[in-house]
Amino acid sequence: MAASGCRGVRSILWKYGSYGKNLFVSRSKMVPQVKCFLIFKNLAAAGPQKFTQEFIDKQVEEFEVGKRHLANMMGEDPETFTQEDIDRSIAYLFPSGLFEKRARPVMKHPEEIFPKQTAIQWDAEGRPFHFLFYTGKQSYYSLLHDVYEKILAIERHQDKMRNKGLFTSDTKQILLTGSRWLLKEEIEENLVENISVQDYMRLIQLMELLLSMPYCSLEEEFILKFRKQLEVQSSKYEIPALQYDPQGVAFSFADGRRKSAKASITLRDSGSGNITINGRNYLYYFPVLQNREQLMFPLLFVGMSGRFDIEGSVEGSGHSAQAGALRLAISRALLSFVSEGEVEKMRQAGLLTADPRIRERKKPGQEGARKKFTWKKR
Amino acid sequence: MLVFFLFCFLYKSRLSLQYDHEKISERHTGQYYTLPAAHIQKLFPHGLPPRFQLQIKTFNEGCVMVRPPALELISYLKKADYSKPPLRYILYGDVGTGKTMCLSHALHYCYTQGWLIVHISDAHLWVKNCKELLPSSSRPSRFDQPIQASQWLKNFKITNERFLSKVQLGYVWTKRERTEKGQPLGELVDQGVNRMKSSSDVVGAVLRELRLQAGGATEGEGAFKLAVAVDGLNALWGKTSLKKEDRTMCEPEELTLIHNVRKMMKNNWSGGAILTALSQTGSLFKPQSAYLPSELLGEEGFDNMEPFVPVSVSNYNEKEFESCYLYYLDRNWLQHSHSRSEEGKKELIFLSNKNPSILERLCAFL
Repeated sequence: MAASGCRGVRSILWKYGSYGKNLFVSRSKMVPQVKCFLIFKNLAAAGPQKFTQEFIDKQVEEFEVGKRHLANMMGEDPETFTQEDIDRSIAYLFPSGLFEKRARPVMKHPEEIFPKQTAIQWDAEGRPFHFLFYTGKQSYYSLLHDVYEKILAIERHQDKMRNKGLFTSDTKQILLTGSRWLLKEEIEENLVENISVQDYMRLIQLMELLLSMPYCSLEEEFILKFRKQLEVQSSKYEIPALQYDPQGVAFSFADGRRKSAKASITLRDSGSGNITINGRNYLYYFPVLQNREQLMFPLLFVGMSGRFDIEGSVEGSGHSAQAGALRLAISRALLSFVSEGEVEKMRQAGLLTADPRIRERKKPGQEGARKKFTWKKR
Repeated sequence: MLVFFLFCFLYKSRLSLQYDHEKISERHTGQYYTLPAAHIQKLFPHGLPPRFQLQIKTFNEGCVMVRPPALELISYLKKADYSKPPLRYILYGDVGTGKTMCLSHALHYCYTQGWLIVHISDAHLWVKNCKELLPSSSRPSRFDQPIQASQWLKNFKITNERFLSKVQLGYVWTKRERTEKGQPLGELVDQGVNRMKSSSDVVGAVLRELRLQAGGATEGEGAFKLAVAVDGLNALWGKTSLKKEDRTMCEPEELTLIHNVRKMMKNNWSGGAILTALSQTGSLFKPQSAYLPSELLGEEGFDNMEPFVPVSVSNYNEKEFESCYLYYLDRNWLQHSHSRSEEGKKELIFLSNKNPSILERLCAFL
């Protein structure tokens, strides 16, 4: 919470502010002003602020109490007040117009706010607890030791199986599709210490060695701790449902966006390939060939070019962006007419991805987003 | 195999339909017929759209597709009674659907039947981009356009050479110069071509004479039927982009040429037909979405032209598109291998929406 920061500054002022006042003794009694003079401490050079464990425990207590107070304020049950409810309530009580989401008021568990810090690593006599303390990166090297121990355990298991005569190469393999190794930053977060790129690569090499052994499925749980599941993209967008006209003709709606152009279309079955945009024929709305090609692409890809009648409305931005928005809308509307395999093909063709490119902001001190003023040598 | 069969069909259609205007009927829609080269030179020195002229040059032949609007027009022409005032036909439709081509087809029919052709290829050229605008010699409030008028007279001479010696006239048109009665039309036209200053007045005189004489003699040497064809009719009643010397805008009425053509459009003569086509592409100050006669002609033009026979021209239908596609394939115009496949054909259908001019432009770079 921000209160801790204030307190830190206040404590500095308290330590040094009075000292500053003593320096400055007002000579003339005619003007009894006391000039408050701050000595600026080099805050950046001191390194990240260190919080003690008791301090963090106190914060956790305060958070829990505050959560119950907030629940009472909002009229909800304090027992079943989740983090989502907290976020919702804070957004309601402190509405903020700031664009940067991270600058808005936030109330989260102290674990998520205060960076993880290592506790004191040595006892009262100065002897370190961990046997690898003097390597400098004790958690990292202890992790490597653990991994190697597991490798040795698997080898012993292998030898046992060979002795019994039950050795087979085709054992249960760990499924690794849909996940990736944790990044260096994520491992640093877990270990609470900095590691170099070479250290990270060494760790990954060891894990791959572990995976290459036949009986690695024994340590599956351990390995999966270091793999992160990738999000399955297909579950994000819902396929619009197919609706039926009174005459029995199937149709579907869809929207699409590109830059700042918004398009929404109705795709009707058993048509003859007429496309009307904003009330005009697409030949006259898009005189440029490229835009018509954009409209054609989803229909031609699925192979249903003469089958549908499309009625669309689009606004905003320029002609190319409008064509792009319409293309996305057509692809999305086609999803309900097309089989699963085709949906995957469309995704791989890039028809269903919204183009994230937006106009880049102009920066001060430059002509435009990238263009600089004329460079003068002197 | 199917493509070969269709090729045969096309070839047969191409060869058999030369000159046979009597035999062309609705069965033949979608087929191409060849315009004989001699006719093209004589009849259309300025009449055909520029892209079509390029196509003639490339393919070494001028092939026109037979389409329902043109057939309709020709059937009206066949059935009309020429002792009564002329019927006015207006071809209208969206941009690039083939109005000028249908007009040219009908005009070719008239030419083969031996009519006298008065063809203004694009009236828009007379209301914009004129370099010289002289005050008229005969009437003080009007303006002449010598270059355009003399150009038109030259083309008129080429088209109607055989009539020039036959038609007799007598007309007084300036205080100094006059043509005696009994002089052939050819001399008048020559005078207009040679003396640029009075060419606009000559145009007026020619039109007036033709009007008077069109229904005159029913038989004998002097008989002829008059076909007045104007492309870009909306230019006559729209606005001009020409300025007078005192920097005010010129009205179309103040131009001699336009005034004379407007007089032609009235149906107070007999013995001919007035074929016109609207055009948005060259028009001034009209939005691109306007294509109906009421929108393009304006109130004044519509009132002047009423009553008229509207003929609507639209994009190709399936059969016509097939025919056009096969024609291009036959002439090796579609070089890209993908365009010969079914997929390519579907793409062409989509991208051009079966609009003739867009299809032509699309195939030009394939």
